Amino acid sequence: MKEIAYQDIVDEVARICQEANYDLGEDVVNAFKESVRTEKSEAGKSILNQLIENADIATSNRVPMCQDTGVSVFIVKLGQDCHIAGGSLQEAINEGVKKGYDEGYLRYSIVDDPINRRNTGDNTPAVIHIELVEGDGLEVQMSAKGGGAENMSAMKMLTPSAGMEGVKKFILDTVREAGPNACPPLVIGIGIGGNFEVSPYLAKKSLFRPVGERHEDPEIAGLEEELMTEVNKLGIGPQGMGGSTTALDIKVETAPCHIAALPVAVNLNCHASRHKHFVM
Amino acid sequence: MSIRLKVPFERGAVEKLRSGEQVLLTGTLYTARDAAHKRMVEQLEKGGTLPVALEGQVIYYVGPTPNKPDSVIGSAGPTTSSRMDAYAPRLMEEGLKGMIGKGYRNEEVIASIKKHSAVYMAAIGGTGALLAQKIISSEVIAYEDLGTEAIRKLEVEDFPCIVINDSHGNDWYKEAHKQFEESPNQ
Ligand code: SF4
Repeated sequence: MKEIAYQDIVDEVARICQEANYDLGEDVVNAFKESVRTEKSEAGKSILNQLIENADIATSNRVPMCQDTGVSVFIVKLGQDCHIAGGSLQEAINEGVKKGYDEGYLRYSIVDDPINRRNTGDNTPAVIHIELVEGDGLEVQMSAKGGGAENMSAMKMLTPSAGMEGVKKFILDTVREAGPNACPPLVIGIGIGGNFEVSPYLAKKSLFRPVGERHEDPEIAGLEEELMTEVNKLGIGPQGMGGSTTALDIKVETAPCHIAALPVAVNLNCHASRHKHFVM
Repeated sequence: MSIRLKVPFERGAVEKLRSGEQVLLTGTLYTARDAAHKRMVEQLEKGGTLPVALEGQVIYYVGPTPNKPDSVIGSAGPTTSSRMDAYAPRLMEEGLKGMIGKGYRNEEVIASIKKHSAVYMAAIGGTGALLAQKIISSEVIAYEDLGTEAIRKLEVEDFPCIVINDSHGNDWYKEAHKQFEESPNQ
């Protein structure tokens, strides 16, 4: 049985919360650079260049790239032979978020309940998903998920007769409706299958994969590519100002489902696709 | 090419703006987002007065991150404007002339913009670090208890925006989008 100290998790979580907001991943920056070359609209190119400049300023000045420093979403893989000494894993993550957001001058964007809407004043509680895995390791992935793109995300319980045509139509409709609101160019996470709660989780989880990386299953990889072509024909472009870069990437994850069901979830991420992780 | 403009706008300046034009704003902006809008409109409904006279002014929809001790403001990019759609027409009745945010406005807001000769502009969403460099001072002037959602008075210099809905009823999102959807290879 391996032991990991509570405080070590707190410190690492605080660190990645700040890095996620200051340092845009190389995968995303490379996607911006590639898009500058392929974008057909001059205004679109100019916006993409400003996104690159913004990311540079954020990194050098240690200032958040976007003022919406998001809901802190965690996907944790906890080895069944790993023990957290000194407190619970959930408490450690929430304390890390508090510390990271406070010391990093990040914005507090969480209200205590959806009806009375009082700001909790420390960006907690975080959204935490824990998966129990074999071994004695701990892997923590964090995403700072902004409200603008999350608000334009959607889920639908299609039925099998809708087929892949129905799935594609729903995805395109969702992206079209989101338009400029979700801060394109987007990274689009799609969950197909599972049930009412599984498909949105698959969609969210897919967003943690690096931008530019295709799914290992060739059939799903093909679907991702096909969707990229379709979405980038919509004409929405960077910031909805018109252009050929509506999506930087599209990720698909699937799961087994009921014979009567074809759930599909579309989780939109803006260009500020902020993900960091650590392993212990 | 960008058009340099003073804010609050000089007489006749809004009417000259056309959707799709790039502008650089210098002068004063007031910040307000969901909670401040709700409170302002509630105050008006109760027959009260607003904490800031909106006649001729421009509101920027932003909830900045806290500033570090050596800077005037943290990251400060636009938030999604549609959440303010329910309140914007009432504020235009009070004389509000301009709004800065990102994303679509609804039909009612677009009609009010035309009726009151106002303008809706977009700043680039997600460039809060870059836009903060165009803000030279920031002061909380009302609703301090709302934290990031408080009303701030900002002084800006060459703050970049794109005109989306002009006072003549044009909508840049619709026009720009159509251009690339119909002839994506141009
Ligand atoms: S959608 Fe993303 S980039 Fe746009 S304001 Fe929200 S967090 Fe920032």
